[in-house]
Amino acid sequence: MDLIIKNLPILIVITPLMFSLIVAVLPNQRHSWFLTNLASLLTLFFSILLGIEVSEKNLISYHLGNWPPPLGIEYIVDKVSIIPIFIIAVISCLASSFAHNFFTSEVYNNLISKTYSLWLLTIAGLMGLVTTADAFNLFVFLEISSLSAVALVAMGSKVDKKALVAGYNYLILGAIGATFYVIGVGLLYGVSGTLNMSDLSQKIPELGLNKSVIVAFTFMILGIMVKAAIFPLHIWLPNAYAYAPSPVSILLAATATKVAIYILARISFTIFGTSYDIYSFESLRYILLFLSICAMFAGTVMAIFEKDTKKLLAHSSVAQIGYIILGISLVTKAGIASSFIHLINHALIKAGLFMSVVAMSFYTFKRIDATSISGIGRQMPITFFAFIICALSLAGLPLTVGFISKLYLIKAAYMSEGIWLPFLILLSSALSLVYIWKLIEGLWYDVDKNNKLKIKELPEIYIPLLIITFLNIYFGIDAGLIINSSYNAAEALLNGIK
Amino acid sequence: MINEIFGVWNYWIVFTLMMIGLYIVISKKSLLKKVVGLAIFQTSVFLLYITFGKIAGGTAPIITNNSEEIYSNPLPHVLILTAIVVGVATTALGLALIVRINKAYGSINEDEISAVDLVDYHEKFSEKKNK
Repeated sequence: MDLIIKNLPILIVITPLMFSLIVAVLPNQRHSWFLTNLASLLTLFFSILLGIEVSEKNLISYHLGNWPPPLGIEYIVDKVSIIPIFIIAVISCLASSFAHNFFTSEVYNNLISKTYSLWLLTIAGLMGLVTTADAFNLFVFLEISSLSAVALVAMGSKVDKKALVAGYNYLILGAIGATFYVIGVGLLYGVSGTLNMSDLSQKIPELGLNKSVIVAFTFMILGIMVKAAIFPLHIWLPNAYAYAPSPVSILLAATATKVAIYILARISFTIFGTSYDIYSFESLRYILLFLSICAMFAGTVMAIFEKDTKKLLAHSSVAQIGYIILGISLVTKAGIASSFIHLINHALIKAGLFMSVVAMSFYTFKRIDATSISGIGRQMPITFFAFIICALSLAGLPLTVGFISKLYLIKAAYMSEGIWLPFLILLSSALSLVYIWKLIEGLWYDVDKNNKLKIKELPEIYIPLLIITFLNIYFGIDAGLIINSSYNAAEALLNGIK
Repeated sequence: MINEIFGVWNYWIVFTLMMIGLYIVISKKSLLKKVVGLAIFQTSVFLLYITFGKIAGGTAPIITNNSEEIYSNPLPHVLILTAIVVGVATTALGLALIVRINKAYGSINEDEISAVDLVDYHEKFSEKKNK
């Protein structure tokens, strides 16, 4: 047990990685599904242990292969990184238990084991991204997670061949983003001679005003902005989410962009936080603020005019990423905390929405769009109930998590920018009600008289869905855990800034 | 002036290659050419890393009796070994996707692919109308 506790930061990365190798060669799909679940459960278990450790110690530093940093690779788990770790662990656990029926129907039979293998590889890559404290190691994990995610998206080609093109575009844009990041790391290494994040944060201020550092910062931030799908670099996202196999949409929507946003915060606060006043990064703050406001409205308007439901949810993700970035761009404790609150809540909301929508399309063998399915909500009350709760949570109604994050975001925005910013946030929330209502109306009120579909809801599909719906309500009523951990994370991030 | 161009000759090559690669990715309609552009783009980064790892007159980093021997920094070379592997994986995945796209669409030209998608969309739409 002591050995496990000591090696926890690497165990959450290595467990899915090792299982992915085993799963790839298994001939039986059921076995590979079972092992995938086992791996996700183990990862969740290790994450919980890690959470307990972090609450006692504040910061766990793990030296890979016992090589001390800054030369060796260091893994750090602190109050900030524990949040994305929990998001990934919980969502991957729920989504893997949910995945079996969908992969059997949406992926070619001989590829199912490989799909599970890629699935675990994506989780390993995302976990590695969050834990690593080495700038170049981060690039490697960035590519592990995004290459396997691309392959997962392309697996949707049995249902719709557009998945191939969506995967291809994701690959090209993701590779450009990762290469931009690595150019930045290279320039930074060239002037400072180190790759360790905390070491970098000490060495950069010593360099004084240096052109290479400015260029490096720009390259790194731009590269990560592509991965985080921040407007206007989001064009890969809607198609990739819409045409991927259903469980993949859930996993990517709830974790991939969130992790990229976490890295964005890490780069700008942990690495460059110490040289904040030297380069006056204040100006960058306004660029991010402007982009996030654009994202809020562009994503919402695109969602209003979108017919395909999965794509609609993807466009709404762009808008929600706007809210998260808005919080970060305020650079106050309340702002960053609110963006972390929304990071968690949006993962819960979008996972629930995608789960209920793909469950509906699974029972009816159709893609859900504005016209193909009408009144289906009456035939599947459990799924529709979960859908309603998550949709209202997205809109931000009281007693759901969406309300908590909107409340804190508006409070933080009002404190630092005055009345105009909360007004814009409320306006975009009000607009989001339009597409939510469009969905609910189509699913409940337009009863199709000719539709004689008999649907029996399967427990293996609705149990994960109900768990996530329950979380949506529970944390909407008792939000103490999320708020406290977000404030701790914001405090830890802002400690770096001088 | 001469020093500014020839003194940092490698960096000029790096950024020329980088821009050529990025330009190909953005401007070309053929998916295959985009992957080639991406490979050029990534290669320029390898060259960037190698350039600042190299010291003029430096040897390989091997311990010798001569303690004043100048040697090149090995770390960028190691990093680039990793990055080359990543680059190969990216290119391989891109090419594999192109093979599948060619099978599904009968073309690897961006415009033709979106034309096929448009035709499919209209067929689906007219089917719905006929019903």
